[in-house]
Amino acid sequence: MDILRCVPLLSIFLPMLSGFLLLLISDGKLALRATAVITAAVAGMSVALTAYLTSRAESFTFVMGSFPAPWGNELRAGPAEALFATVYSVVLLLLLKDSSSHSLKEISAHRQSLYLAVLNLLLGSMLALIYTNDLFSAYVFLEVSTIAACSIVMVKDKGESLAESMRYLLLYMIGSTFFLLGVVLLYSVTGHLLMEPLQQAIAQLVQTGQYSICLSVSLLLMTVGLAIKSAVFPFHTVLPGAHGSAVATSSAVLSGLLLESYVIVLMKILLRVYTLPVAQSLHILDALLILGLMAMVAGSLSAMKQRNIKRMLAYSSAAQIGYIYVGIGLGSQAGMVAASFHIIAHAFTKSMLFICAGELIAHSGGSSRFAQLRGAAWRAPLAGIGFTMGGISLVGVPLLACFVSKLYLAKSAFDGSWRTVFVLVALGISMILNAMYFIPAVSAIWSGRKEFEENRRPSAENLLRNAVHGITWQMVANIALGVGFAPVVEVLVLGIALL
Amino acid sequence: MALWAIISTHGYECAAIALCAMGLLNLTLHGNLIRKCLGANLFSTAVFLFFGARGYRTGGEAAILDPETLTAPEVAVNVVPTSLILTGIVVSVSITAFFLALTIRIYERYGTVDLDEVLLRVAQEQAELEQEETGGPS
Repeated sequence: MDILRCVPLLSIFLPMLSGFLLLLISDGKLALRATAVITAAVAGMSVALTAYLTSRAESFTFVMGSFPAPWGNELRAGPAEALFATVYSVVLLLLLKDSSSHSLKEISAHRQSLYLAVLNLLLGSMLALIYTNDLFSAYVFLEVSTIAACSIVMVKDKGESLAESMRYLLLYMIGSTFFLLGVVLLYSVTGHLLMEPLQQAIAQLVQTGQYSICLSVSLLLMTVGLAIKSAVFPFHTVLPGAHGSAVATSSAVLSGLLLESYVIVLMKILLRVYTLPVAQSLHILDALLILGLMAMVAGSLSAMKQRNIKRMLAYSSAAQIGYIYVGIGLGSQAGMVAASFHIIAHAFTKSMLFICAGELIAHSGGSSRFAQLRGAAWRAPLAGIGFTMGGISLVGVPLLACFVSKLYLAKSAFDGSWRTVFVLVALGISMILNAMYFIPAVSAIWSGRKEFEENRRPSAENLLRNAVHGITWQMVANIALGVGFAPVVEVLVLGIALL
Repeated sequence: MALWAIISTHGYECAAIALCAMGLLNLTLHGNLIRKCLGANLFSTAVFLFFGARGYRTGGEAAILDPETLTAPEVAVNVVPTSLILTGIVVSVSITAFFLALTIRIYERYGTVDLDEVLLRVAQEQAELEQEETGGPS
């Protein structure tokens, strides 16, 4: 099946190409349809690749321009990467289905196709970050994703979103330059940029004990850069502004997909470049664990204080990123699997929450404050159900996606010696905090039923028409992940072992 | 003495690190967006300088074949950092362009390029909006 080997390249190249071609189209609806077709094509190819690689239990590298190993530029695909690509394209496809209803209406007509072009570029750069086997390409795509992310924040053209996207840009610039500095340092002691030769060179350096300071400084710089970009604990303060002021689709993409793609790069660096024992001996994993634990609690505490539904969700993302970092920080294969599963579960759940919040806000006169959102769920029942379900999933109720990742996280914490207690306690605290900030939001949107019934009852026809919406599919995906998690975990175990 | 030895042998790298610090300080501590932009440029250019210096060999020439004799220079500088810097410069230029475009939009909207002032105005606008929402018919 040689043709499947081109899938990684095609799934990066197609969105990039269509991103540029969309600049020629001025009709928003047509652009939306074109984007959906491209994303569906990428999703289909990624599903095929995942199935193929899982059944053969193998991974491969795709050499660009047939320059052999130490010099060329490579893409690498294993079951885990293919699964991530599948999830990213499917989530984006569902978001596009949703955004036709209200998110796009918030953007002025002549900008709609530009917005979709940038969304295409963002998809391309996120998939490139997932598939790349080369640290310098990773830097380039970090920057591409920075520009794309800031553009989809500022697309609303309100004063608030301009200022917030400037803050976002500043932080992201610092993050990617730190990453580049780390890559440069690593190159100057090893002379490699591809991941396999780097791994061998680092193993040799560790054995002989040379350049030990340089190795740890470089890992530290790359980790700090990626931590800034993925908005883990001390850097999470920029999230609520940017994600709170953007349109619903942008917030969903930024929170559910973009942040996690940087974590995937970090995972690849830890597993494939430094390998876990070396990273453990440099104490970087302990630092990640502590950051993650603090993010879990601090993010939830900040979310509790919010009276604005989108800002609350943004802080909740900061807390969920904490779970992923804890999984990585445990430093075991099982922890990595738990972190990867949470990336997938969070992608589906958080994108659904943001879309539902957007729908509820649209039905409450455009205000995102709890006070104005009272009774919104009766006005938009499907979005209300979706929001409630997303909240329940994040709290960690069985049969829903995020429960599974918490279960695996707790299970993998048991072989972490001193870490066990901290992880379990933080898991417990953050679950309670999650419930504490979702309950006010959920009770606000479902309150005031009587007032509503006097005005208008939701007709069955109306409900049915709404049900073909992407939200339904997001709910189905959430339950499917929560119930049928076994095959997904199997693919991830295989994929992480092959990394 | 040891420090002096490092500076004399690795002059470019030391200069790059000093420039890095200057750029980062300008980027983070200054409120003025133009100053921030200059700081960001300094920061990334300093990283490129560091990278280029790591690829330099004493007495090295550009790695280009002599057009007449078709022989390679005896000592050539490492071309990989140079070519990567080229890519890096392109990336950095596009980020700068985006930064400046955003600055222009902010200036058009608020009449200032001071980020602290802009954020203050945003907070004020939001407070007014909230007052309208709670004060208006609900």
